[in-house]
Amino acid sequence: MAINWFKYASPATFYFLAGRMIPFFTVVAVLLLLVGLYISFFVAPTDFQQSEAYRIIFIHVPAAWMSMFLYLIMAFWAGIGLAFNTRLSSMVASAIAPTGAMFTFLALWTGAWWGKPMWGAWWVWDARLTSELILLFLYIGFMSLQAAIDDPRRADKAGAIIALVGVVNIPIIYFSVQWWNTLHQGASVSLVQSPKMATAMLTGMLIMALAAWMYSIAMILIRTRSIILERESRTAWVSELKEGVTRS
Amino acid sequence: MILWIIKRDLLLAMRRRADVLTTLFFFIIVVSLFPLGVGPEMNTLRIMAPGIVWVAALLASMLALGRMFSGDYTDGTLEQMLLSPVSLSALVMGKAIAHWLITGVPLVLIAPVLGIQYDLPAESLMVLTLSLLMGTPVLSLIGAIGAALTLGLRGGGVLVSLLVLPLYVPVLIFGAGAVEASAAGLGFEAHFSLLGAFLLVSVVCSPWATAASLRISMG
Repeated sequence: MAINWFKYASPATFYFLAGRMIPFFTVVAVLLLLVGLYISFFVAPTDFQQSEAYRIIFIHVPAAWMSMFLYLIMAFWAGIGLAFNTRLSSMVASAIAPTGAMFTFLALWTGAWWGKPMWGAWWVWDARLTSELILLFLYIGFMSLQAAIDDPRRADKAGAIIALVGVVNIPIIYFSVQWWNTLHQGASVSLVQSPKMATAMLTGMLIMALAAWMYSIAMILIRTRSIILERESRTAWVSELKEGVTRS
Repeated sequence: MILWIIKRDLLLAMRRRADVLTTLFFFIIVVSLFPLGVGPEMNTLRIMAPGIVWVAALLASMLALGRMFSGDYTDGTLEQMLLSPVSLSALVMGKAIAHWLITGVPLVLIAPVLGIQYDLPAESLMVLTLSLLMGTPVLSLIGAIGAALTLGLRGGGVLVSLLVLPLYVPVLIFGAGAVEASAAGLGFEAHFSLLGAFLLVSVVCSPWATAASLRISMG
């Protein structure tokens, strides 16, 4: 039997579905995190060039990946919400933004901690760093625009437009920054030409990336549930829910 | 239709000339502040000049964005425009062009004079002026999206900077880059091609996105 997906597009149904999914994703995230951290600290060999300091990539690279994926996913759901007028899609998009911004910030922060021992500088105007910084600005722009609009439906749609404009601009910004950088100086600091990774390092990084995925999904579901409750607080099913909670 | 709205917006701007002049003087003041901040060393200033002029142009163009729709929004004209049978994208295009004529063109015209303050050679002055001529319309077009989205919001002015400035980055890079490339003896044609590409893309996409944003903001 085909699943009726539209059923889950209703916030009331999704609220309970998300409630059942959150424990699963949380547990998986914690397990993956433990395994990933164990590999990162005890299994992965010491790098012969960067010694122990390289171990920050186990946080840094997954965070940087997530920051970019999450922006795309956020723009995707925001766009679906704009095109089909589905409330839940827009709620998910708003729920993704803080997690995405957090990962962007984490990537920048850990990058600085990595950069200090490796390059001798907290910050260099490298193409990746600069475009990651601009990505953070795009996230913040999206969130502050939504925060400034009182009407949630208008906030959803306005946020969708700025997210989509941002998606069109991300490749343009990325290549602009890259060309700007190569115009100024040769790639003296490049993350690309790092030595071939040991298998344990790669496994550790991939497991950490999966843990970051699971964490993001759990967080986004939790936040979506809060947004649903906030927006639907006047509906019958939420008041029933409230009564149920107080009774038990 | 586009011509009509340009004419109307220009007439309105001419009736309130102080607004136009404020933007222009803001631009001049920002550019003049930098030597006071970094010191009068001519060699340093000559290197920094393209970036300074371009950043100041970005800020000046952005500051004037609030006026693009807010006047029409408060007196209800914008609502009539949305109801009118003509294409909203065309109207938006006209308003963006008018915004550029009012805020962009004066900057382009004054830029060579400011460049002389920074002791730029004649060729760099020419490239700077041309790059501003090609880049400032992009700023007005991209800015129109931000202005439409923040219409009637509290703190709209600060918010619009947060939305629009990251999107201005490519224009800044290649606008200022063209001048630096020509000063370094490299060709600036590649930079101009990219600026031209940005202009074409924003001419096609921005009025449409702005019209959608206006419908959302007024909806």
